[in-house]
Amino acid sequence: MTVLFVVLPLAVLLSLLSALAFVWATRRGQFDDLDTPAVRLLCDDLGERPRSPSQNPSRSPP
Amino acid sequence: MIPAPSTRPVLAEPPAAAEELACTHCGLPVPVAAREVAAPHFCCSACELAYGIIHGAGLGAYYERRDRIGVASSATRATGKSYAEYDDAAFLSRYVTESGADRRLELFLEGIHCTACVWLVERLPRLLPGVRSASLELGRSALEVVFDEARVAPSAIARALDTLGYAPHPSAATQRAGERRAERALWVRLGVAGALAGNVMLMALALYSGAAEDAPYAALFRWGSLLLTLPSVFFCGSVFLRGGWAALRTRVPHMDLPISIGILAGFAQSAYNTLFGRGEVYFDSLAVLIFLLLVGRWLQQRHRQRAQGALDLIAALSPVTARLVDGEAVRDVPASAVREGDLVEVPFDERLPVDGIVVAGRSSIDAAWLTGESLPEDVKPGDRVYAGTLNREKTLVVRVESPASGTRLARLLESVEKAQTRRAPIVRLADRVAGVFVLVVLALAAVTFGVWSFIDGARALDHAVALLVVTCPCALGMATPLAVSAALKRAARTGIFFKGGEFLEALARPGTIAFDKTGTLTEGRLALASYEGDSSVKPLVSAAESRSGHPVGRALVAAFGASQSLSVESVAEEPGLGLAARVDGHEVRIGTSEHVGGKEASSSFPWREALARAAELGRPAVAIAVDGEVRAVAAFSDPLREDTRASLDALRRAGYSVAVLSGDQPRVVATIAERLGPVLEARGGMLPEQKQAWIEQARERGPVVMVGDGVNDAAALAAADVAIAVHGGAEASLGASDVFTTAPGVGKVLEAVLGARRTLAVIRRGIAFSLAYNVAGVVLCMGGWISPLVAALLMPLSSLTVVTQALRARTFDAPRRTA
Repeated sequence: MTVLFVVLPLAVLLSLLSALAFVWATRRGQFDDLDTPAVRLLCDDLGERPRSPSQNPSRSPP
Repeated sequence: MIPAPSTRPVLAEPPAAAEELACTHCGLPVPVAAREVAAPHFCCSACELAYGIIHGAGLGAYYERRDRIGVASSATRATGKSYAEYDDAAFLSRYVTESGADRRLELFLEGIHCTACVWLVERLPRLLPGVRSASLELGRSALEVVFDEARVAPSAIARALDTLGYAPHPSAATQRAGERRAERALWVRLGVAGALAGNVMLMALALYSGAAEDAPYAALFRWGSLLLTLPSVFFCGSVFLRGGWAALRTRVPHMDLPISIGILAGFAQSAYNTLFGRGEVYFDSLAVLIFLLLVGRWLQQRHRQRAQGALDLIAALSPVTARLVDGEAVRDVPASAVREGDLVEVPFDERLPVDGIVVAGRSSIDAAWLTGESLPEDVKPGDRVYAGTLNREKTLVVRVESPASGTRLARLLESVEKAQTRRAPIVRLADRVAGVFVLVVLALAAVTFGVWSFIDGARALDHAVALLVVTCPCALGMATPLAVSAALKRAARTGIFFKGGEFLEALARPGTIAFDKTGTLTEGRLALASYEGDSSVKPLVSAAESRSGHPVGRALVAAFGASQSLSVESVAEEPGLGLAARVDGHEVRIGTSEHVGGKEASSSFPWREALARAAELGRPAVAIAVDGEVRAVAAFSDPLREDTRASLDALRRAGYSVAVLSGDQPRVVATIAERLGPVLEARGGMLPEQKQAWIEQARERGPVVMVGDGVNDAAALAAADVAIAVHGGAEASLGASDVFTTAPGVGKVLEAVLGARRTLAVIRRGIAFSLAYNVAGVVLCMGGWISPLVAALLMPLSSLTVVTQALRARTFDAPRRTA
């Protein structure tokens, strides 16, 4: 059981590291916007297609 | 990947004349005259332009995305403003910050509503060379643009966004930076508190399980817990300690006070017991408590919308530059440099920078913000015009009467700001409860201590502290934020946005509800109300007006239907007078009596009397002359919305009294009021200042809700207990209102009120639950049956009940999605 005297501080140290990682991520703005990244992901799957003649935006005069 | 053409069959077929046709770009109905045989169809040239730009940059996939999501109508339409003020030095210093070698600008965008919008707006660098990046935050409709100052001007960015249909409004850089810091600080606290709570719980588990019965191990776990709880209390929990201290100092009841007392008492006692190796410790309960409370606090902040200061409103509403007429030359000067007596030129489609008198030019002015009158007002030399109003038709020259700082707009916004600062903060139900709660708990702790001093002096303090820890209102503290957060989310899905949860609570109290007439109760557009005279000229009239953008023209075409068989040879519109056209060889003149020939006009029909009757009812009217003879008179009115009466009745049943405060002519308001059912008061011709005074008076009798749709109501909105902006532009919704809806009409207001009431019921239920748990805790403490384990079990149990009931409650019913 004396191993506890080593393992417990180690466990605390580990959680300290993860807490620091969290603080770092927060400072980098990872949690500033929780909604848009999820939506942005949906956008990317279509990719961007080059302009094609069938999509010519100009209208013929009436 | 590409949707089959069959998904949009309407656009593939040639349209029938009577069918509603949606604009390919914005989804609004296409005017009959602008219809094409094949897709794409556009409602206006601005949409056509936007469509061209989007396709030109190879971004046509936007439309597919949008249609796939199933947005029926995006209703994003360009305003066509020049945004010249965005290049002004004053603007740059206030809104633009440096970002390395580039510049950074944050803009709030109108009309952002779906994934496709995010996609399109973030492709801005492809549309506009010089823009480095554009990233949109959907929740706030805020776009961060990083750009190269040398290659692109801020005004060009604003114009590009406007063309796409997302009218931009600047966001003050410094204010946002402060908000962001506060948000991140709360995140850090929340994360650290969670990590600490987890570890403390593990150690507590060892203590509870008896695995650490031997003295050295027990001491290890207790000291470990103490060490970990220390930052939890004084770093993470400092939010509550500071709030509790502020509540004590200002003597305003607040939830933070009982929380602080519980935390501090529990921590002091446990730390003391650890130091001297005696008694019980509550570290795990405290750490979890702080974590859960921070979750509640975070939920509460999440849905908060920023409030914009009056200063930003002025920037959005009046140009910062003026075109000063200096002899022959016209030059741009800052609006603040213009003096009384100067001459200023105002091009059409621009807002006036000053108050003044027209000296040259005829045009029409859109003064909706000032008078609430939705129709443009015709102006001629000698007429008074005001800053912030929009010149609609032709260039005007204006003699300055009051410079930028003294305009009616500036004074109005000043009163908005004053009214906002005078406003007492809403004391939330949970905080009111907390005030009593503190006293009761302290009294009970004292009683416990007193009674136990006689029974067992050594354990008296233990039991009293246990009572403070157990009653620490965790569930009480979470009941409101959770219910509110869930309700705000549901409300947003139905198109109702609350700037903060406290307005939900305030809205649930019945009182007076005051409406601005234009655009809230009525449709905000003209429709034909009566037609007297010769019906056979109707086809000629609708043909002549078919291409007119004037509200009267649109109303006539809508009433008579499009006539496509007649050929229109020429059309000329004269601002303020009317329209003259040659149709099928006939000369058609539609407009004022002066326009159709004045006194000399020949007619066999008493058209002057008909015009006078219309004027008596407060209805705008036009005379119609064909080949020099007046044949008919058409009068118009702004029709009541379909759902208005039913919604008002429902509001009255809910205990509200209804009032109408309008800037329109009193006669028009009286006519409308007859159809609204019993109203407290219906007044017309009210100036913004009068509306504000009325609201302030009404507040003496009870809570007042003001519903408005524009900046003309801003002062009244700011004075009310709760201000609701109905489908207003961003200026109104970001400015003085507390709640805004994305759909027009009273129906949404009713929904907001009913939803707020259901939410308050949920909050009450949550508070009742948590108090019941507290009573159980108190009984256990006073009987001396409490232990840290019981406390640790009781708290999450009570929180769980509150959480479940708050999240499951159907407060605002979201419409079912059809995707």
